[in-house]
Amino acid sequence: MEFLSTFAGWTATDIRLATPLLLAGLGLLLMNLAGILNIGAEGTMLIATLMAVVGSYYTGSVWLGMLFAMASGALVGLLFAFLTVTLRANQVVVGAAVNILGSGLSATLFRILFGVSANVPLIDVFENCSIPVLSDIPFFGEAFFRQMPLVYIAFLMVPLTSYYLFHTQSGLNLRAVGENPRAADTLGINVYRTQYLSIIVGSMIIAMGGAFMSTGLTKFFSEEMVSGRGFIALAAVIFGRYKPSGIMLAAIVFMAGTVAGNVLLASSSQIPYQFLTMLPYILTIVVLATFAKSAVSPAELGKAYKRG
Amino acid sequence: MSTVLEMKHICKVFPGVVANSDVCLQVEKGEVHTLLGENGAGKSTLMNCLCGLYRPTSGEILIEGKPVEFSSARDAMAIGIGMVHQHFMLIPTMTVVENCLIGAHDGNKMRLDLKTAADHIRKLAEKYHMSIDPNAKVGDLSVGERQRVEIIKALFRGARILILDEPTAVLTPQETEELFNMIRSLTSNGFTVLFISHKLNEVKEISDRVTVLRLGRVCGTYNIQDCEASDLARMMVGRDIDLSIERKTQQRSEVLLSISHLTLDSEGGKTRDLDDICLEVHAGEILGIAGVDGNGQSELVDCLTGLKKATSGSAHFKELDLLKCSTRKIMSHGLSHIPQDRQHTGLIMPMTLMENFILQDYYRPEFGKFGMLDQKVVNEYSNRLIHDFGVKTPSRFELAQNLSGGNQQKVIIAREISRNPDLLVAMHPTRGLDVGAIEYIHKKIVEQRDSGIGILLVSTEIEEVMKLSDRVAVMYEGRIMGIVKPSETSVEELGLMMGGMPLTQIRKSA
Repeated sequence: MEFLSTFAGWTATDIRLATPLLLAGLGLLLMNLAGILNIGAEGTMLIATLMAVVGSYYTGSVWLGMLFAMASGALVGLLFAFLTVTLRANQVVVGAAVNILGSGLSATLFRILFGVSANVPLIDVFENCSIPVLSDIPFFGEAFFRQMPLVYIAFLMVPLTSYYLFHTQSGLNLRAVGENPRAADTLGINVYRTQYLSIIVGSMIIAMGGAFMSTGLTKFFSEEMVSGRGFIALAAVIFGRYKPSGIMLAAIVFMAGTVAGNVLLASSSQIPYQFLTMLPYILTIVVLATFAKSAVSPAELGKAYKRG
Repeated sequence: MSTVLEMKHICKVFPGVVANSDVCLQVEKGEVHTLLGENGAGKSTLMNCLCGLYRPTSGEILIEGKPVEFSSARDAMAIGIGMVHQHFMLIPTMTVVENCLIGAHDGNKMRLDLKTAADHIRKLAEKYHMSIDPNAKVGDLSVGERQRVEIIKALFRGARILILDEPTAVLTPQETEELFNMIRSLTSNGFTVLFISHKLNEVKEISDRVTVLRLGRVCGTYNIQDCEASDLARMMVGRDIDLSIERKTQQRSEVLLSISHLTLDSEGGKTRDLDDICLEVHAGEILGIAGVDGNGQSELVDCLTGLKKATSGSAHFKELDLLKCSTRKIMSHGLSHIPQDRQHTGLIMPMTLMENFILQDYYRPEFGKFGMLDQKVVNEYSNRLIHDFGVKTPSRFELAQNLSGGNQQKVIIAREISRNPDLLVAMHPTRGLDVGAIEYIHKKIVEQRDSGIGILLVSTEIEEVMKLSDRVAVMYEGRIMGIVKPSETSVEELGLMMGGMPLTQIRKSA
């Protein structure tokens, strides 16, 4: 019995930690299915973590902070789209540049706006909110139904994204662009517009994931706080076989590594803590090496399309 | 009959190239109108203007007398023009219905109605006698079936004028016959078909009228009954061409290449790309390998040239077992290889002709010592090859990518033949070339044969294989269906073998 409630506690943590990863993965999925390979999620998220804090600090509302972050995501997405779609620059190179930009820009802006001091300003952050009745279910009720609002939104986006991609006309068009842009073009689809939109909307969703890290998981910004989640999200998309539900599963599995590490750390085991913090990353590598082969990526992923 | 489509004085200029110049075309409702022309004559460009993918530089398009202007393929489709492209515009990972629905916008409905669409497709298929399962994955369909999906897709979107761009290039003779039946049933139902081709026999069989294009201009429109195939050929090329070929009769000499029980498992090992292949090539003989693309021909060539490792079997050439040697060892022992794709594997496009000429042999002592190239020798060698093979180029310093397809192929042939091989493996040596270049390359290949070289010729063009080969082997799904002499077989027999019926079975039932 006692173990069950402990386990429920771990589950609650896992779900919360998985949320940024899930959002980043869903954002990346939109782009990937439109044929865009964006390794710049890490940088996009970093900028968003800062912008969420800035927004929340100046307006006093965490929700407005979230909007700030999403707007920054849209801007980064627009830049990425201009470089890769209009100018047809190499998507991997631009993605790497976005990561460097995100890392440098967030650190610089942070020091300009908040200075280098040990005092952490208090800002409005996300609070847990219980769903009546459901959260009263023994043991696991709290794990699933006493979470922050953004957690519910992220998990609701799984079926929504799935419906959009596989059951709407627009979703079909988007997938066609990723599989064969020339065919899509002959069928009257505006390939460039589709890719632009998918990059911008996708980057906004990725930015939501970043915002949640600085205003949900923690209560303030710190440099490099995304610590590789943008890259793990890339892995989650592949492990999830380019399906929203698969990405959700991948996010939960990957973050279980972090939870396990924390649990072992708390139990003062003999394993040096450096090895424990490695756990989620090692888990990512192992899982990818095992399953990556069976995932079929969109045929034209990462290739720029040129009309005519 | 009424005029359904008129193109008036169409010009299309790409930077540096005039693809169409002052083209006028008039198409009657319900006819099969063929656009005939060599590669690069401007047929596809003209049709891309008609279906909204390109915008003509000047000129006018009239549909049923009304002038129209298209800014995208969707506009053309809305007015009833559907095009089946030479390279299918289908997505293999999606089903037939999904492929038909891509880009469709009926009403403002968000939701995809796959069920209604599937019913609609089923009805269309029934009406025009095509069998198609709307829920099948396109990737699982054969080439002929995929083409039917393309036609259904165009009909589904309300096309009344159907453009078929070289539709028979990938089909077996039987599939071509089916396609022609389909076309006839469409035209009898009031559809108009624009048929693009450079195969004279087919044009003669299916068309009502034909418009010949040469170098981007119209040479004339004719009723098909008034022309012979030879007239069409002359108009298309602009001069008389010789459709026959001269060759020495030769005594059968020693076996040069002997392949026995060559087997190659496919990736994953569940099926076989090559299954128990046994073949012999004699000196002074052309052994043709016919078959629809993708039935193991390229795997066979890859195994023989050391590019792929066979699972079992042997292939003896001189004292070598080709299956156990590296590519360089094979190439340095008297085998030459004309690869299937000149732009990807035949040439290095951004390099000069000079460099491409010595690609196979640069390391040999005659081209230099101590890791240095002897520029003088290389220069002389390149100039000689350019001269001997009539490669049209400003100089040996021209980049391979700036040459026309025919001249690129000449560069490869010059390189491979000048190595004085004993055995020549040629894969699709004339694919995508115009009649003039084909004629030249055929002559060169037969010359080599007459001088006693053994040749393995892989081609999907039945006419080419029949014309050049001393014997023809037909491949289907990695197996040899039978080996016949061109003089003792018929196109029907070859077609049946290409469709998977072994020779023994055909001759038994006949």
